Amino acid sequence: MTVPPEAADEPEQLGAFEARLAAGDRVEAGEWMPARYRAECLRLIQMHANSELMGALPEREWIPRAPTLARKMALVAKVQDEIGHAQLLYRVAEDLGKPRTQMIEELIAGASKFHNVFHYPAETWADVAIIQVFVDGAAMQTQGSLRSCSYAPYARVLKRICYEEDFHIRLGLDSFRALAEGTPRQRAMLQDALDRWWQPIMHFFGPRDQVSPHLETMMRWRIKVKTNDELRQQFLRQFVPVIQEYGLRVPDPDLRWDETAGQYRYAEPDWEEFRRVIRGEGPRTKARLELRQRYHAQHRWVREAVARWALAA
Amino acid sequence: MNLAEITPGAEGVFAVFRQETKNDPHVHVGDVHAPDAEMALVLAKEQFARRDPCVNLWVVRYADIAATSYRDADMLEPSTDKSYRFGGSYREQQRVYRRR
Repeated sequence: MTVPPEAADEPEQLGAFEARLAAGDRVEAGEWMPARYRAECLRLIQMHANSELMGALPEREWIPRAPTLARKMALVAKVQDEIGHAQLLYRVAEDLGKPRTQMIEELIAGASKFHNVFHYPAETWADVAIIQVFVDGAAMQTQGSLRSCSYAPYARVLKRICYEEDFHIRLGLDSFRALAEGTPRQRAMLQDALDRWWQPIMHFFGPRDQVSPHLETMMRWRIKVKTNDELRQQFLRQFVPVIQEYGLRVPDPDLRWDETAGQYRYAEPDWEEFRRVIRGEGPRTKARLELRQRYHAQHRWVREAVARWALAA
Repeated sequence: MNLAEITPGAEGVFAVFRQETKNDPHVHVGDVHAPDAEMALVLAKEQFARRDPCVNLWVVRYADIAATSYRDADMLEPSTDKSYRFGGSYREQQRVYRRR
């Protein structure tokens, strides 16, 4: 597959493009778009696709150890959904000009990024509940907002993705409730998982946006719909009450609702750690990428068999 | 124009259409990469029919789908006022009719 040569953006074309977007129109795969719009959409969607694929791994580790058959079946369904999301997203991304095989190779070589939260270990069964409720709950804020993204093929697949993420949060809440209403040991395990996941989840949305020409362009082009802190606040409003309702401790002692500002005040997380993790220096980055590489090599025969299928017939 | 021409790199891509019940139309729900239609159906079943109700799947090569261009969306716009084709335009008449 070759990328069509992108003519230098003609001011006239760019003007017409901007006017279309301003009028609420959306962009389709085969249409003219500024080279930078294409690159930013590709970067966003490729990173999202990578995150779905890598995001299946922490929970996947718990499939063989799920406490009951019902939990195991629910977890299998959830993990399968995440892999399905990756398929939908790589399909959308490749129409922007990068072959799917190349994106997979970049991912397993550690050359492209995936979300910070998937660089961390899932140490106990309670981590699975915390991931399903709070990590998927955080992802839901971003993805929900991007359903109004200007790149139409992305907005369309997000409808199905959000529907399935909603299912993940619901089944997560079911596990969460079982542990929260369980024995003191179960409650302690849940609190411990929440304590460990709090900072990565606060990191998830990224640092507060600085006003910049780049941010302004992303918002005008509707590749970004809400700022990082708007999404974080939206998440806190929805999920802090879940923690409190079950009498668990919010891991940030500084967290409080500011009535006059109409938002939560929170302790600034350690952004140095965030930058380290997304650079690929997270606690589980290496092990997870190695696992992906191993399976990629192990499953080569499947890809080859599928490709040869037509010849064999 | 066919869809493979509009979408560079989409050779080997099949569009998947799912029908929820016999009473529903087939709806485009996504795509799969496959060397032929038979394999495309196998993959489509896994990705698009594992949860939602489905009684029938279609797969169609991108190259076999002829499409209008969004650029020419104007030609699909009605050239004249078409409100006479909508029941809502006749409410006034209905009120008059009922009064009799």
